[in-house]
Amino acid sequence: MNENLISIAYLAASAAFILALKWMSSVPTARRGVAIGAIGMALAIGGTLLSPEIVSYRNIAIALVLGTMLGVPMAMMPMTAVPQRTALSHAFGALAAALVGTAEYSLRYQTIDRITMFALTIEVLLGFLTFSASLMAFGKLQEILPQRPITYGGQNIVNLAVLGVALLLGGVLVASPQQTMLFPIMAILAFTFGIMLIVPIGGADMPTVIALLNSYAGLAAAAMGFALDNKLLIIAGSLDGASGLILSIIMCKAMNRSFTNVLFGAFGQVQAGPAGKVEAKPVKSATSEEAASILANANLVVVIPGYGMAVAQAQHKVRELHDVLMKKGARVVFAIHPVAGRMPGHMNVLLAEADVPYDRLLEMEDANRELPEADVALVIGANDVTNPAARHDKSSPVYGMPIIDVDKAHVVMVIKRSMNPGFAGIDNELYTMDKTLMLFGDAKAVVGDLVKEIGAAE
Amino acid sequence: MNHAPDLLSSLYVFLLATFVGLEVIKRVSPLLHTPLMSLTNAISAIAIVGALLITGHEETTLSTVLGMVAVVCSMINVTGGYLITFRMVKMFKRKASEK
Repeated sequence: MNENLISIAYLAASAAFILALKWMSSVPTARRGVAIGAIGMALAIGGTLLSPEIVSYRNIAIALVLGTMLGVPMAMMPMTAVPQRTALSHAFGALAAALVGTAEYSLRYQTIDRITMFALTIEVLLGFLTFSASLMAFGKLQEILPQRPITYGGQNIVNLAVLGVALLLGGVLVASPQQTMLFPIMAILAFTFGIMLIVPIGGADMPTVIALLNSYAGLAAAAMGFALDNKLLIIAGSLDGASGLILSIIMCKAMNRSFTNVLFGAFGQVQAGPAGKVEAKPVKSATSEEAASILANANLVVVIPGYGMAVAQAQHKVRELHDVLMKKGARVVFAIHPVAGRMPGHMNVLLAEADVPYDRLLEMEDANRELPEADVALVIGANDVTNPAARHDKSSPVYGMPIIDVDKAHVVMVIKRSMNPGFAGIDNELYTMDKTLMLFGDAKAVVGDLVKEIGAAE
Repeated sequence: MNHAPDLLSSLYVFLLATFVGLEVIKRVSPLLHTPLMSLTNAISAIAIVGALLITGHEETTLSTVLGMVAVVCSMINVTGGYLITFRMVKMFKRKASEK
């Protein structure tokens, strides 16, 4: 009786997860998507608790309460912290898979068949490497660790060697699961590889890497499904795996780079460059009064936000600017590059939090159609995604990357803390163009000044 | 090879679910990429199923402790994941006024 109930609950949960992702595709249905996803999870947990395998509920109750108590505050983090929160929850998910795999192995290694052992090995390898890699990503995003990539000679060879040995041990374990000594060594190697994988990755590559870790965490859950012969786990895990894969492909395309290049290319190293050859070209800086008077007379303003807006927490001020320009009769839109920020969709969430209506948030292609008509392109804390060198300078590391055509607007304004180059460490020729005005200062303060000046001009 | 039928049907499920996932996710608007990632993260907390079974079975102290830690980790993602996704999705509004 219970068996049937459990099967039906699992089947319904699988359908719920698929619907959740389907409804997530557009804003009007997204709330429904989250709700049905939560119902699916409740069905999965409820069904599992009916299982005759469970002999005691005491420990389960303690763990569920503890998890809930820790999970709720994690949901209350500010939106600017969403990238690191996401990295941290990938770490939790991966650790759960790795620990379940380890526990299964400790119980069943004497009688386990090869297929199950193969699935368990994948689960544990993916689990531990995603766990440590996600913790590293969290550390970099939270700025506990340096965001600049750290590289050394032979790094890729060392990394691949560690992975190779871990895989080799995994293979031996599949062939003879009784070699219990090898299991912890394999787990430690996978954990070590996860750390080493993220060491050379810079802040600008975080959107791709987070998406990739999202995919791995899902695949670890799917591998658990193979090991436990549970179709619900396979379905939920592979949906997650597919989602992370698509997002990382989108991110790679948006940077004109390949997976191998992101993982092993250490983008964002400081470019040594031909020293002394490039003479510092003069930049034009403007005061907020000058900038405000130009903005106040504009009909179309395109705002290009980047990670700098998130760092300065300027999104609410940016929204005030949007409001006061709208009141002056201008059309204000936001051009969102797919890799702006530190995770896919980061800028959209921040601006939505600040109450900017979502029909003002344009994708790159749509924004580029409007930019030649724009009176002002206002760049707030974005850099590499606006660099015109991507279109014509074959020697530039950003060459070929799709960019927002900021330079086609009539006037370009760039809010920037200093002339330091962006995360890719590349000079941006946008800053030295004749029509570019630099507004130096903290994004929040500068935008605040602009709002005040424009408001006062009425 | 008495496991072959199970493995085969599992592989079919994996294959189909992956294709469904790819088709469905391709349609997600870039506006919602961040909530999408936090939703899939919450869904992959489905590992809690395995963790609950190990914990409740109480075979050895080691397996029970590992299971409990795994339940805690997954439950953090279940509650935290769905709550924050809901918070994010609620922020997207067509008009600024409807608060």
